[in-house]
Formats: sequence, C-alpha cells, structure tokens
Amino acid sequence: MSYTPKHIFFKALWEENPVFRQVLGICSTLAVTNLLANTLFMCFGVIFTTALSSFVISLLRNFIPKRIRMIVQVLIIASFVMMVDILIKALAPDIHRFIGPYVGLIITNCIIMGRAEAFAAQNKPLVSLIDGFASGIGYSLILIVIACIREPLGFGTFLGYQLPAKELWWHQWTIMVMPPGAFFMLAVVTWFARAYSTKTEVKK
Amino acid sequence: MAAPLDGNSFATIVLVFISAAFTDNILLARFLGMCSCLGVSKKVDTSIGLGAAVIFVTASTAALNYLVYTHLLVPLHLEYLRLITFIMVIAAFVQFVEMVVERFSPTLYNALGIFLPLITVNCAILGISLFMLNKPYGFFETFIFGLGGGFGWFFAITLLGGIREKINETVLPKGLAGPGITLIIIGILSLAFVGFSGMIKI
Repeated sequence: MSYTPKHIFFKALWEENPVFRQVLGICSTLAVTNLLANTLFMCFGVIFTTALSSFVISLLRNFIPKRIRMIVQVLIIASFVMMVDILIKALAPDIHRFIGPYVGLIITNCIIMGRAEAFAAQNKPLVSLIDGFASGIGYSLILIVIACIREPLGFGTFLGYQLPAKELWWHQWTIMVMPPGAFFMLAVVTWFARAYSTKTEVKK
Repeated sequence: MAAPLDGNSFATIVLVFISAAFTDNILLARFLGMCSCLGVSKKVDTSIGLGAAVIFVTASTAALNYLVYTHLLVPLHLEYLRLITFIMVIAAFVQFVEMVVERFSPTLYNALGIFLPLITVNCAILGISLFMLNKPYGFFETFIFGLGGGFGWFFAITLLGGIREKINETVLPKGLAGPGITLIIIGILSLAFVGFSGMIKI
C-alpha cells in the first residue's frame, strides 16, 4: 500500500464514510442521538473500539486461520467493548443506565466488522489504526450532527443546558424524541451528504 | 409498571408476545437490525427468508442465553462477561444450526443458507438477549419474548420489502435514491407503530 496516512484518514472519513456511504452501523446511530451527552459517550466507545480492534486484528492477521477468522474478530472486538462498557459505567453511571444495552451492541456494529474485514485483515497495524480511528470519527460526525438537531428540537436543551429565552419561541417537536424523528433526520442527513458528494465527484 | 408474572398463564404469554412484537418492535422502536434490514429488504421473498431465520434464532438464543446467564454467570459472579458470552453463544448456535440444516435438509439449507452467516452480526439477536436482562421474565416468558421480538422484525422487514418493490419503479432525486428513501419509509412505518405504544406495558 503506497497511500500516505493522511490520504487513508480522509478516505475513511469522507469518501468511504461508514454511515452515509456504506450504510453501516445505523442501529446505534439512531438510538442514542436524542441527547447529545449520550451521543458523545457512544462516539467515544465506537472510536476506541474501531481503532484498537483494527490495530489488534491487523497485528494478528497472519496468525488467524482463515476459516475461523470471524469468530476471532468478534472475540477481539467483544473484549474491547467490554472495556468500554466498564469504563462508561464507572465514569458516568447515569448515562450508562440509558445507553448500556447499546454499548453492548457495538460488538455487532457492522462498521467495526466491516473495517476489520475490508482493511485491517490486509494492511499493516499502524495504517489500520489510522483507518479504524478515521472510520470512528466519520461515524461520530454524523451522530453529533443528528444529535445537535434532535436535542434542541425535542427537549429544548443543548448538552443538558436550557436554550436561551425558550418560552418566547420554542415549541416542542415531540416527533424528534420518538424513533420516527431519528429515521427522518438520518434520511435527510444522508440525502444532503450524498447529493453534495455526487456533485463534487462530477466536478472532478 | 411490571405486572406480576405468575406462572405460565395463557394471557401473560399473549401479552408478552404482543408487547415484544408490536409495542416494542425491535426494528422500528429499538432501531436494531437495521444494517441487514437495509441490505436485504429489496424484495419480499428474501425478506421473508431472512425474517424466518431471525425468528428461529432469536427465540432459541434468548432462551439459551437466559439459561447461561442465570445458571452459569450469576452463580459465578461473572455478570461482566455477559457480552462476550452472549455473542459466543449466538455465533456457536448459528454455526451449529447451519451444519444441522445442511446435513438434514438441503432444500431448507438452500433457502436459508446465505442468510445464516448474516445473522451472527445482526444486532437484533444480541439486542433481544441484552434487553431480556432488564425484564422480570422467567424461562418460558423469555422464550416467548424472543419469539415475539423475532416476529416483530419479520413483520417489519416484510412490509418494508413490499414497499421497496414498488418504490424501485419511481423516479427519485439523485441523493435520495437507495438508503435515503428507505430510511424515510422506515420513518413512516415507525410512525404507524408508535400508534401501538402505550397499549400494553409490561
């Protein structure tokens, strides 16, 4: 591979963005985005797990027998997710109560498996670490955008703080708190991002 | 809110099933199993195939994981190992089913074959196992909970498959085609399922 680290970073971040390009890891995207604080913890978990599991899988890539590689990868990922789970439980027990099951579900988050299969299994450890990290950031960006829209509209707060002069203009969009709001928001974000990136591709 | 669940009365079982399948629909209210759902739901018959496989696996693994959790992890104080244990049980179960089906029923294997590996990484399965820990259910209710959850997923993906078959024939704005429009459809379906919420609370 002759790519520079910078190239790999931006490729994983934008051109192959896990959420709107490859449509992976949608499940957790939607469930945690009604409050920004939850989203930030979830993003931390995903970035941590993608980066380190890509690194470890790439270190072991020549020792893992082909036939059982899925199981081995799942085990590696699961051990990192367990660390994140325990860490969040210790740092923010209140948040953990809400996002707990979804943190566990990072194991089956297809972004991590996808990067492990598509990139880490063929590339050197350090490059894989960058790739995993960038994929995690790409995922987090979309999540944070969605959460920044859903929280003010649904609860009238931002990171838990009340919006200024709320009673004058703010009206609750109940739908933003509920699941359908998440689906609509993700659809709109995907639409914008895809429309934008097809436009830039045409220019090239 | 948790109604006392006494024994295996028929009414309890029906309630658990309906609440898992409709009010708490795993796909539309809990957002689980979206990845494979978006990938597979292009046609009704593939949706039905994957849906059926999911029903079977969720019901069995929920019951298995319940047994493993209550009789192995809790007595040994190893609850923090639950994630890794559950995913191992699921992966092993799926592998086992694949081998059994291949040996005894090649026709069924051909019908379900490609869907089985997809199931290991379907978050709905692991999700059901994790959510059941928060419920006051016994063994049999857990099995029904898994069955209901699987059925809810099956129901949602089949509906989605039917709608997508029609959508394929329409003209859409460029960025919206593919995942965009599918997400909007799921949003509308999910809005319909919100109507079920509050009907039953267990």
